[in-house]
Amino acid sequence: MLEWKGEVRQRLATLKLDPMRENELAEEIAQHLQDRYNELVAGGAEPEQAQRTALEEWSTRELMQALRERESEYREPIAAGATTHGHLLADLWQDILYGVRVLRWNPGFAAIAILSLTLGIGANTTIFQLLDSIRLTALPIKHPEELAEVRIIQPNGRTGDFTTSHPMLTNPQWEQIRAQQQGFSGIFAWAQDRFNTAPSGETHNVDGLYVSGDFFRVLGVRPELGRLFTAEDDQRGCGSSGVVLSNAFWQREYGGASVIGRKMTIEHHPFEIIGVTPANFYGLEVGKQFDLAIPICADPLIRGEYARLDVPHEWWLSVMGRLKPGWTIERATAQLAAASPGIFEATRITAFGAEEEKHYLTYHLGALPAGTGVSDMRKDYETPLDLLLAIAGFVLLIACANLASLMLARASSRSREIAIRLALGASRGRLIRQLMAESFLVAATGAGLGLLLSRVLGGFLVSLISTERNRAFLDLAPDWRVLGFTLGLAVLTCFLFGLAPALRATRTGPSEALKAGVRGNTAGRERFGLRRALVTVQVALSLVLMVGALLFSRTLGKLLSVDPGFRPNGILITDLDLTQLKLAPDRRQPYKHELLERVRTLPGVDDAAATGIVPLSGNSSNSDIWMDGQDSRQKKTVDRSWISPDYFKTMETPLVAGRDFDGRDTASSPKVAIVNETFVRVMTKGANPIGMSFHSPVAPNRPEFTVQVVGLVKDMKYHDLRDENIPIAYIPVAQAENPDEFDTFMIRSRAPVGDTIAAVKRRVAEANPEISLTFHVFESDIRNGLLRERLMATLSGFFGLLATVLAVIGLYGVMSYMVQRRTNEVGIRMALGAGRLRILGMILFEALVLLAIGIGVGLALSVALGKTASSLLFGVKPADPVTLGLAAGLLALVAAAACYVPARRASKFDPMTALRYE
Amino acid sequence: MRYIAARKLDRELKKGSAELLILSMVEDRPRHGYEIGKLIETRSGGILRFNVASLYPLLYRLEDRGWIAGRWVEKAGQRRRRYYRLTAEGKKALQSQRGTWVAFAAAISRIAGVEHA
Repeated sequence: MLEWKGEVRQRLATLKLDPMRENELAEEIAQHLQDRYNELVAGGAEPEQAQRTALEEWSTRELMQALRERESEYREPIAAGATTHGHLLADLWQDILYGVRVLRWNPGFAAIAILSLTLGIGANTTIFQLLDSIRLTALPIKHPEELAEVRIIQPNGRTGDFTTSHPMLTNPQWEQIRAQQQGFSGIFAWAQDRFNTAPSGETHNVDGLYVSGDFFRVLGVRPELGRLFTAEDDQRGCGSSGVVLSNAFWQREYGGASVIGRKMTIEHHPFEIIGVTPANFYGLEVGKQFDLAIPICADPLIRGEYARLDVPHEWWLSVMGRLKPGWTIERATAQLAAASPGIFEATRITAFGAEEEKHYLTYHLGALPAGTGVSDMRKDYETPLDLLLAIAGFVLLIACANLASLMLARASSRSREIAIRLALGASRGRLIRQLMAESFLVAATGAGLGLLLSRVLGGFLVSLISTERNRAFLDLAPDWRVLGFTLGLAVLTCFLFGLAPALRATRTGPSEALKAGVRGNTAGRERFGLRRALVTVQVALSLVLMVGALLFSRTLGKLLSVDPGFRPNGILITDLDLTQLKLAPDRRQPYKHELLERVRTLPGVDDAAATGIVPLSGNSSNSDIWMDGQDSRQKKTVDRSWISPDYFKTMETPLVAGRDFDGRDTASSPKVAIVNETFVRVMTKGANPIGMSFHSPVAPNRPEFTVQVVGLVKDMKYHDLRDENIPIAYIPVAQAENPDEFDTFMIRSRAPVGDTIAAVKRRVAEANPEISLTFHVFESDIRNGLLRERLMATLSGFFGLLATVLAVIGLYGVMSYMVQRRTNEVGIRMALGAGRLRILGMILFEALVLLAIGIGVGLALSVALGKTASSLLFGVKPADPVTLGLAAGLLALVAAAACYVPARRASKFDPMTALRYE
Repeated sequence: MRYIAARKLDRELKKGSAELLILSMVEDRPRHGYEIGKLIETRSGGILRFNVASLYPLLYRLEDRGWIAGRWVEKAGQRRRRYYRLTAEGKKALQSQRGTWVAFAAAISRIAGVEHA
């Protein structure tokens, strides 16, 4: 036997095969040559001649070429193609490794794709995590699902004073509920308030809680330091029975030092710090974090003569409890409803007359699930966030459409590679999986980075809706819902942008694809149709977002340009707390008047006035009145405010008729009022009100009385900039029913705010250093009232811009591609005499058709979706034709510019070059 | 003359019907490469010839596709040889290719007016 194998191995060496593989091949081929040799010898050939013939017949070059192609593919995971080989998991791993390699070959593509998805998924995750934490996340306590809130079902028409942000019940009601409820294993009451912790001078206000003794025990909150309140701490007459700090406050104010037993000042009273709560407990209001808690029994100490414990019309508490095992919300509600008549009977509100009293007795209590706590933020931001999530979703869709388009373009440039694989026997399913693995890599990387981005953006958004006086707090640690959402987005986007291109790329038969040559297999008309459809969708979606952005920014604009009826700029608001002065009631008004006079003479101060209610501050007071000569049953609700002389001058609100208040209006003079124009429309049917009188009904500690109208002013906004004007009656502070120990000065000054504050502080301290002062700038307060609108305008504007940029890039890409594919055609047309303008027109026409369809669909979508946003709009309708037209026009302009570039390029082709283009 | 025709045909066959030929050769029993080539040559009366360069890449490709499976077999007193057998998938492929070929040949005959012998 001749030594063929050595010869064969030598010739195969250039292929650089795996040694095992090379050995096998050599052995098989050597055997073949030996067989041929044997045959030749048997046929009568000389051995030497036979050997030569056998080797000559073997065309090494041909074999090498065939083997090289096949063997090199053999090492490529994908070409192992046959699905009957290998295992699914191993294949998947191979696919992913291959995907990494392919992406590294195309860093530009990978970067663009990953960046788009990072932005898209990051934005979605950010909004979702905010929604998650304000709507879905349970309170940080044990078994939050057992927690239920006790409140009046349908509490319409309650009368009295509402002094906290969740004034659900009164203290007498709470005491009755505590005694009579049966469904709860533990029950507690709580209320939020701002507490001044500065000993004197300018206030330092913190977010405090009044809590009943069982608050922490029922919630299952254990102390981080010291101890928390028990029922013994919350007994009538407790005085200053200690304060519990939140972990955050303890860290912020005391740096986490040992504080147990130390004293701190709360509303000028010393309180001993008895404990600190754990870090994860922020209170019961989602969106806020409490700083400190004191027992409800400390209310008389803090509020003195304004104590609320025994006042039946002081609404300030919320009540919650933990359901007993076996009790449901329904059963607890039934029990509370049964106990209601007794409870309301025992807590009658008599101060507002017999009619109100009768109404009060019709109330009944019920239980509502409270596992997610209470939240103003939820109320204010739920709808905006839902909408923003939809908007961010649209942005992601647009980004996916761009990526799909990009993938299609790549698929066509890779069509030869794919064709070879198919020809070599790779199965289509395996190839699709391989392409999808690439998409998944992109999507997963984008999602991972998006998740990181959302951590940063989340904090930023919370800071956007936070103000100095109303700090927003949200626990944004990602939970399983956020992670699941992001993972879901990754999978979804992967299919959205990856599947169609993968299916398309692998659809043609191998021979067809090979024949198609460098042009690839997505050059066909039909395939191009998919990209066009994608662009149309992009244009439509980005138009919707643009309309949204315009609607929200116009809303903000309209709100900013609303005439509130006064000029807030230049006004410094100063709240005064005189409680430390212990003034007798009859001394209070003269003292406040004197203080105001002192402030009025400060340099730079043009005007100053006192008021009981600052417009747009959220505070309000109203009364049911009827005009003299009318029946008391014709009474209407009118808002009220107490003001000093010169109030309208300070606010720069014109007096239309009659007179301003002055020294004539005193506690003993006849009661007078100034009314606004809407008051005239509603109460006197437009008749001149000066000299007319109206009646005011009984109220706590005073009988019905009559007031004469002496002046008429222009309308001023009262509750909210968004409201229609409402009837308002202004009453002189000198005639206020029960002069209190607080006041608010509106100071119009030309001096810088800081200077004015310092001057007012000095001037007031000269009068008495025990007076507490709180300053705020009127204009900033009003601006902070528009946080939600500003957020919507900013974010929808940002998303709208992003969407438009993405859509325009998509459009540009498709047009460039189209022009490139049609280079030949353009050459022929030019050769046949078509002018450049004609070519330009032809290409632009195609683009404009796409654009027109997209804009048409987008307009229809905008109108349909606009309704969901209507509750967030002001001064502009969802289907506002100007906005729709403006958005469509803007988009058309930008998009047309994007199309013009490739179209112009086509018109500049040299016909000869274009004809030769292949 | 015969030889030249065979070489020309060879290229075409590789693309079209070579697969069919190889699959048919291993239909009844496993055979090694040389045997397959020899059998094709004999049965075609010498018109169709495969050499090392054309035969083995094709075998490997069919094997990759899962239509045939190769296995080293040792016989007493002989060197080991690689035998190829038809797989179930290969059987299906063979049937389908046979059908196509019959239809194709019939069509050519009809068009070209070739009479059956």
